[in-house]
Amino acid sequence: MAKRVGMEVGIAAAEAVGLCNIDVAAVYPITPQSHIAEHLSNIVADGRINAEFITVESEHSSISSLCGASATGARTYTATSSQGLMFMHELLPIVSAMRLPIVMGIANRAVSGPLSIWNDHSDIMPQRDSGWITMFAENGQEVVDMTIQSFKIAEHKDVMLPASVNIDGFQLTHMVEPIEFPTQKEVNKFLPDRKPFATLHPDKPITMGAFAMPDRFAEVMKAKDVAIVNSKKIILEVWKEWEKQFGRSYNPVETYKAKDADVLLVTMGSMGETAEIAIDELQKKGVSVGLVKIRLWRPFPTEELKAAVKGAKVLAVTDRAVSFGGVSGPVGMEVKSLFYHEKDRPLITNYIMGLGGRDVTVEDFIKMAEKAVEAEKKGITEEYEFYGVRG
Amino acid sequence: MVKEKWQEVSPGCMVFTPGNAREYHTGSWRAERPIWDNTKCIKCGICYIFCPEACIGQDADGYFMADLDYCKGCGICAQECWPGAIEMVEEG
Amino acid sequence: MIEIRWHGRGGQGAVTSIEMLALAAIQEGKFAQGFPSFGPERRGAPVAAFNRVDDKQIKIRSGIYKPDVVVVLDPGLIGLVNVTEGLKPDGILLVNTTKTAKELREQLGFQGKIATVDAKKIAWEELGVPITNTTMLGALLKVAPTVKMNSLKAPLEDRFGKIAKKNINALKRAYSEVKISKS
Repeated sequence: MAKRVGMEVGIAAAEAVGLCNIDVAAVYPITPQSHIAEHLSNIVADGRINAEFITVESEHSSISSLCGASATGARTYTATSSQGLMFMHELLPIVSAMRLPIVMGIANRAVSGPLSIWNDHSDIMPQRDSGWITMFAENGQEVVDMTIQSFKIAEHKDVMLPASVNIDGFQLTHMVEPIEFPTQKEVNKFLPDRKPFATLHPDKPITMGAFAMPDRFAEVMKAKDVAIVNSKKIILEVWKEWEKQFGRSYNPVETYKAKDADVLLVTMGSMGETAEIAIDELQKKGVSVGLVKIRLWRPFPTEELKAAVKGAKVLAVTDRAVSFGGVSGPVGMEVKSLFYHEKDRPLITNYIMGLGGRDVTVEDFIKMAEKAVEAEKKGITEEYEFYGVRG
Repeated sequence: MVKEKWQEVSPGCMVFTPGNAREYHTGSWRAERPIWDNTKCIKCGICYIFCPEACIGQDADGYFMADLDYCKGCGICAQECWPGAIEMVEEG
Repeated sequence: MIEIRWHGRGGQGAVTSIEMLALAAIQEGKFAQGFPSFGPERRGAPVAAFNRVDDKQIKIRSGIYKPDVVVVLDPGLIGLVNVTEGLKPDGILLVNTTKTAKELREQLGFQGKIATVDAKKIAWEELGVPITNTTMLGALLKVAPTVKMNSLKAPLEDRFGKIAKKNINALKRAYSEVKISKS
């Protein structure tokens, strides 16, 4: 029987991993991920689970050692944040190209400089094209659920790709809140042992991570792209299965009072729930506004997003990272490109906000929605705006 | 060689036939080939040790020779052969 | 929903307080959040920590700017930190102090409820250390009954083990010794 407990979300993430029968973890601590690293190493050191915890000297080593471990067929986990993720960057496309189902928790934090330990999405956005399944949690419950789901999705024979669960740093990682924990028995039922497609073993040698000549490389890239696009089908299946067993539903795109709304706010990550309050207040005042939350960033839920915003006149897309010199923020660009070929495409405004730990309040979401309403009347004057920046 | 379609690429580019690099004859890259003068050769084996391709072996009499399927003609063996038994000769 | 801001210094246990309160509320089946002021923590530096407690799901995840209750663990912070900033006019200021509510009211110009308790003395006598976080939890339960005293027992025992009993005694004393001035 599931148990409702109060727990810090970072600790809860480690506890969730503890339920997943992992074989190897290699985690290098970094704020605000440190509690995940510390608590998971406690779980292993206390003998609560039978796993190897490798105390690596850097994030480059943590992901590298997991590459090796995963290639032997082990179930593996790591977690990082910000500069640590940037340091892993070189390895991330290799992990996905080798089709290794490593699961990673990312305590999202701004990247330097200036040095900032606080939350935004500028660490995960540069990893966008690395071929990892990428999802965003909105609260502690989702962190626990998605961590467990991720192993099943990543290891599925039709997926075989790494997956990351994005957890807003501090806003989520350091929050004590109620979380329902499945029991070990329930998780065992949901998540069977990994059945690797192939493993490195001296008795039966194979080659992983070989090189490819120009006459082959493009075919390999196409195969990898198709693999992540097709992974959505398995993600949906696994989420359905989760809902059946645990009662909590997960969709690639979630909506909140979005039906028939003229203006839709679009969020990703922990700010979605705060935005819901803004929607409640605006609807009370008679403003036709709703909320769309992107849960799955890669593979991008194209059909689901189109369906969720059908009929809307303006999308106010929020971004928590900057693509310097680009057309918009990363999410803004993605959404704009998705609707280019649509006949009845909405206007799309883009607000870059919540950078480096800047708080975004209910009032801020109300203001952004009001700006979007204004844009509906006056048209779009700029591709994106740094919301709330002094000047 | 039949070129694979993307659907035929093995997951993760994994290679399930160990040692199949042998099928790739890198000797075609060669511009010069090493020729041994067995009257000068003292069978010290330094060419065998230094060959980066590990393509030098011994014949029945213990003299050394390169497997030309893989010898890239780098000339290191000729450079290292201190009795001067190896000469690099242009291909063709 | 009740929103609480705690003021203390790094090492005085404000973060433990918010965690204990949140755990107790969640154990009662309520919804609660407990979070520190995000960032690096240094021993001795002024820190703030926050609680939200409600009977229904708490969605808001932005900071607390207009608290219903402010708890001051260290009287030395008054004057150093604007402890009444954003505190609702009908809110409650709870201070660990030997001063009277009248003196604080004059010093801070706050018109709402002021509650005082000599938590340092209680902590010295009951715990043998001047750490007032659990003591002030007792005073808080009196001025703002967010959770039942009994609900704090399990989280405190879990955290403090053998010395939980002493902490509970300190908490109970503060509950009965806190003085409330309505203005």
